[in-house]
Amino acid sequence: MRIQLSATKVHNDFIRKVEDMSGQDLLKCYQCGECSAGCPAAFAMDILPNQVIRLLQLGEHEAVLKSKTIWLCAACQQCYTRCPKGVDLSRIMEAVRDLLMLEHGDRIVIEKLPAETLAEFPQQAFISGFRKYTA
Amino acid sequence: MKRIGVFICHCGINIAGTVDVKRVAEALKDYPGVVLATDYMYMCSDPGQSLIRQSIKEQNLEGVVVAACSPAMHEVTFRKASAQAGLNPYQTEIANIREQVSWVHQDDKEAATRKAIEHIKTIVEKVKYNESLIPLSLSLVKKALVIGGGIAGLQAAIDIATAGYPVVLVERSDRLGGHVGQLSGVYVNFNAARDLLQSKLQAVQANPRIQVFLETEVEELGGYVGNFTAKLKHRGSDGSEPTFSEHTFGAVIVATGHSLRPLSKFGEYGGGRYPDIIDALTFERMLAPDGPTGGEIRRPSDGQVPRQVVFVQCAGSRDPEHHMPYCSKICCMYTAKQAALYRQRVPDGQAYVFYIDIRSQGRDYEEFVQSAMTQHDVLYVRGKVARLYEEDGKVIAWGADTLTGKPVEVQADLAVLATAVMPAEGAVELAQKLRIATDEHGFFSEAHPKLRPVESLTAGIFLAGTAQAPKDIPETVAQASAAAAKVLSLFSQRELVAEPTIAYVDEELCSGCGLCIPACPYQARTMHPWKHKAIVNEALCQGCGACVVACPNKACKLRNLTPSHVLAMMDAYLAEV
Ligand SMILES: Cc1cc2nc3c(=O)[nH]c(=O)nc-3n(C[C@H](O)[C@H](O)[C@H](O)COP(=O)(O)OP(=O)(O)OC[C@H]3O[C@@H](n4cnc5c(N)ncnc54)[C@H](O)[C@@H]3O)c2cc1C
Ligand code: SF4
Ligand code: SF4
Ligand code: SF4
Ligand code: SF4
Ligand code: SF4
Repeated sequence: MRIQLSATKVHNDFIRKVEDMSGQDLLKCYQCGECSAGCPAAFAMDILPNQVIRLLQLGEHEAVLKSKTIWLCAACQQCYTRCPKGVDLSRIMEAVRDLLMLEHGDRIVIEKLPAETLAEFPQQAFISGFRKYTA
Repeated sequence: MKRIGVFICHCGINIAGTVDVKRVAEALKDYPGVVLATDYMYMCSDPGQSLIRQSIKEQNLEGVVVAACSPAMHEVTFRKASAQAGLNPYQTEIANIREQVSWVHQDDKEAATRKAIEHIKTIVEKVKYNESLIPLSLSLVKKALVIGGGIAGLQAAIDIATAGYPVVLVERSDRLGGHVGQLSGVYVNFNAARDLLQSKLQAVQANPRIQVFLETEVEELGGYVGNFTAKLKHRGSDGSEPTFSEHTFGAVIVATGHSLRPLSKFGEYGGGRYPDIIDALTFERMLAPDGPTGGEIRRPSDGQVPRQVVFVQCAGSRDPEHHMPYCSKICCMYTAKQAALYRQRVPDGQAYVFYIDIRSQGRDYEEFVQSAMTQHDVLYVRGKVARLYEEDGKVIAWGADTLTGKPVEVQADLAVLATAVMPAEGAVELAQKLRIATDEHGFFSEAHPKLRPVESLTAGIFLAGTAQAPKDIPETVAQASAAAAKVLSLFSQRELVAEPTIAYVDEELCSGCGLCIPACPYQARTMHPWKHKAIVNEALCQGCGACVVACPNKACKLRNLTPSHVLAMMDAYLAEV
């Protein structure tokens, strides 16, 4: 598949919102990969942390929204600690998650979930938990 | 009254796009003293200059104001043009209506135009009071001081001495050669560094005009271009007191080279705690036949030959958050060289180079890096190493291969860091002694990044080699020869001319209070021993005006900027336009 690049695409609204919400300049990242090299969750990710930023730089946020990586990110900030350019990737991950949840209705009504689903659901609760700390 | 001509430059649209030049010319036409006010597209062009020359002759002009760009750009140009037409060059002044007017008021054309008119009137008033001056001539000592005995200092000293002038070469350590003396082979042909250096050392030893001082530093530098006085400090042998010697020089070349960012600064790579995580210079010594292992590659911890070696590029470079923001320029190339040499010496060994980008600009450089990958089988991995640590006798490297999008790990026997190139220790202190500038990192600043790359901003002091910025041997040698050429063009003059627009003392007004003497930042003022009046050393005075402000009696004055000049200028500036 060939990615179609265009001015409107690389400056799209979603990207701008990610930058606003995270307070990070996506173009500061020069793709050294040091974030991915140090990330403790990278082994389980489908795309690497640096690729999340790269896709956003290209306006390919759809691919990011579909990735598991944004949910596997533990917000540990290892990447931010190492990043030579001071990019706080954990905030970018957080912004993407927030935007996704705003779009699809953020609220989960726990009581309405079937019992068997609920049993498999620690992850979302976990994520919601640390959203309080980072957002 | 003096007959003054005003020449207003459009500078293309740089000025005319914001300032209404026609209106400015109109406004100045009838100003007292002005006999001609005209505008032109580019005053600095040949036709622009000949317009000035012609007008001086035809209108018998006694003063000229060029309203144009900053005097730093073209004051010399227009003064020369005036002189060609027979007008004393100090009767020509610049009114800066570009940097100070059009460029800073682009959003208000009306105000810019009024400000330009005010500006020019002010300078017209100044010119009315200007005296005709003659440039000063100063003596010139045709002997050079070279500070630093690395390849840069050696080359500069050889070039100057070969041209017939004496050179004093000062080296802080106990041997000449600098870093090149510590290298093994050099890219791109693996020639022995020692042979390269030896040819230069022999040339220095064979030339009686070069006097070398080892274990010596510059303690003080005074004076000015053509007449520097230097006090050198020679380390005493075996802890005895240092000795000092004094010399005079006409020019100075600063070639103090570089240092490397110490391992202790790399917490992410062990901070120097692990014996088998070393920097590239230590590895270079290991490769060198005269090094501690006689050229054999043995890791420090147990003397074993490392089977897997990880090379980490950009260690401490290109990292504005934790280290240095700039690219160190030489490490992509020497890492390829080191990895290739490792593979030659340990044919069954595996070398990994972790890199972000590969910078290989130079003749045959890209081909050299390619040959490291193909001929020497070095595996390049695109991603910066995040962490190095030792475990069970192995150096573990955590990286990522950004091309496949996978995290990677190597269990290596040795890791080599291409640590950032930094200025030599003590560079900033030396800059203060020499009164030259450094950048925010401590590399000496050149006078102009494009057009004056080997001069410092202080006349007579030149820069060579890695003291100015990271560079490799060919570039260092080229810059050293360029700096030497600058010194030689200085020495080829019979005497030096200097600007006469400096301070003088009105002896009738001077009370001998001495307040101006400490005010002068250039030690240009002293007290006459029996007249008890301040005197100015014309060679040292830079015309800065600090003494003028300090003097309570208005006895200190600057030529062509006396109180009469300044008051007339203020009157013009404050008058309504
Ligand atoms: C690991 C490594 C490998 C390299 N490999 C290559 C290669 O293969 N090919 C290549 O082209 N380049 C290579 N280089 C680059 C090369 O070493 C430099 O280009 C070269 O050394 C620059 O020479 P220099 O004279 O400017 O500085 P230096 O070599 O640093 O010499 C400066 C001299 O000045 C002296 N000094 C410092 N301060 C003072 C002071 N205040 N007063 C008096 N003396 C002073 C120092 O003692 C030193 O002798 C390599 C560099 C490194 C670090
Ligand atoms: S914050 Fe997320 S992406 Fe960054 S290192 Fe931690 S887990 Fe990895
Ligand atoms: S460490 Fe920083 S600069 Fe490097 S890829 Fe990650 S976010 Fe980008
Ligand atoms: S020369 Fe290469 S290794 Fe050195 S800082 Fe620049 S990019 Fe990094
Ligand atoms: S003008 Fe400046 S340099 Fe000259 S004597 Fe006065 S204070 Fe010193
Ligand atoms: S400050 Fe003025 S009055 Fe005092 S010594 Fe200097 S020139 Fe003379």
